[in-house]
Amino acid sequence: MANLRTALYDAHVAQHARMVPFAGWDMPVQYASIIEEHKAVRSAVGMFDVSHMARFSFGGTDAAALLEKVFTNSVATMKEMQVRYGLVCNADGGTLDDVIVYRWPYGYAMVANGSNHDKILAWLKQHATGDVQITDETPSTVMLAVQGPKAIDAVAGLFPDDVSKLKYFFALPTRYHDRGCVVSRTGYTGEDGFEITVPNELGVALWDAMLARGVKPCGLGSRDTLRLEAAMPLYGHELTEKIDPLQAGLDWAVKLNKDFIGRDALKSASEAAGHRPKRVGLLLEGKRAARQECVLLADESTPVGVVTSGSFVPWLDQSIAMGYVAPRHAAPGTPLLVDIRGTHVPAAVVPLPFYSRKK
Amino acid sequence: MDLDALRYAPTHEWAKLDGDIVTVGITQFAVEQLTEPTFLDLPKVGKVLKLGEEAGVIESVKSTSGVNAPVAGEVVEVNTKLIDDPATKRKADLSLVNNDPFGEGWMFKVKVAPGTTLDSLLSKADYEKQIAGH
Repeated sequence: MANLRTALYDAHVAQHARMVPFAGWDMPVQYASIIEEHKAVRSAVGMFDVSHMARFSFGGTDAAALLEKVFTNSVATMKEMQVRYGLVCNADGGTLDDVIVYRWPYGYAMVANGSNHDKILAWLKQHATGDVQITDETPSTVMLAVQGPKAIDAVAGLFPDDVSKLKYFFALPTRYHDRGCVVSRTGYTGEDGFEITVPNELGVALWDAMLARGVKPCGLGSRDTLRLEAAMPLYGHELTEKIDPLQAGLDWAVKLNKDFIGRDALKSASEAAGHRPKRVGLLLEGKRAARQECVLLADESTPVGVVTSGSFVPWLDQSIAMGYVAPRHAAPGTPLLVDIRGTHVPAAVVPLPFYSRKK
Repeated sequence: MDLDALRYAPTHEWAKLDGDIVTVGITQFAVEQLTEPTFLDLPKVGKVLKLGEEAGVIESVKSTSGVNAPVAGEVVEVNTKLIDDPATKRKADLSLVNNDPFGEGWMFKVKVAPGTTLDSLLSKADYEKQIAGH
């Protein structure tokens, strides 16, 4: 089956993007240079087509109850226009996806990973009872992430409402070219920025407006290195159905005092936390990169964990990684070895995140 | 560089025969797939490579790939511009691989047995057929 294409496909090709298959879509992995794209987002502003992300909206009087049931974070305590990060877990506490939920005056919305679109939509439908309407907005909309310290300047005056007033993890329904759109102060880069959702027909207009303001097109390659520096988990790497959110260090997004699918398992798990592998950051000596599935060792012959993501990252100019290790090796400063294709490269556990922007 | 004069391994190395010396590098396609190199490990001069053996490693922010020996033989020279020189503190210039993989970005030279040919490797046309559709 042919891959899906976002409404910006031709715009990517016009910018000489290298398109790769990702989560069932043809997506740009880079334009000219992952390293330059990464640096642009840290120092100025870049934009990412994230239309492959799954976007669902919820209406009906039982929508809140459905979300409360499938989401590890609290929905009841969300303010209108607030956006909240959390997990969707199975009954064993394993992570089905990490998502963000939006609360509107008139309902809710969710953004999930593109690779989990079908799984999460099926899960939502399976657990929906009573008056809930779930709409898949993914095929009809473009989502553009405008990220970087100059993101505010890039979007200034674009909408009738002043989005620069938006607080972090808040969103605003507003208008673009007289059509409804959504702007949220969210992102996946560790920088300030916005994620803008517009109808497909306006995707190219928004893209061209950003290009005209000097916003650099950035692909999935730099999106990955940026989120790695910011130590944000990536589904399929730091999070899987075999890894629960507590091991990943996402306790802050798991409210064990409310009822949701997986709570009982996570409650038991939290009591056994001292015995379970835990997510850590690693700083490697030299320039070689650790990759997913590289084994972590306490000494030449004692495996104690595994790498989930790693790269030589452009902004910090260091080889960093994340992985899971036994708790007694998880303290910052602990020396470890990373088996990279048979070579044992010295590394040290370091606090996360590797990078955080100055606020 | 006359690309028609080169032969190609299915694993994206190119090889050029001059007398009994074969120069090895990676193809433009390999560089594009990898994206900008961040690290390169080359074999030591004097190392005897078996055909298809992993002779080096090249990494980008995105992925890691082996550089395999497209011919068997002894390494007689490596491209020192691509590796750090601690003596002079000169840093490796991997942009040469990124910008000119068939020329300045060559990686190492292997001395092969007399009479060795590159006939078992792919022609340019066959290699292009292999990578078509990517």
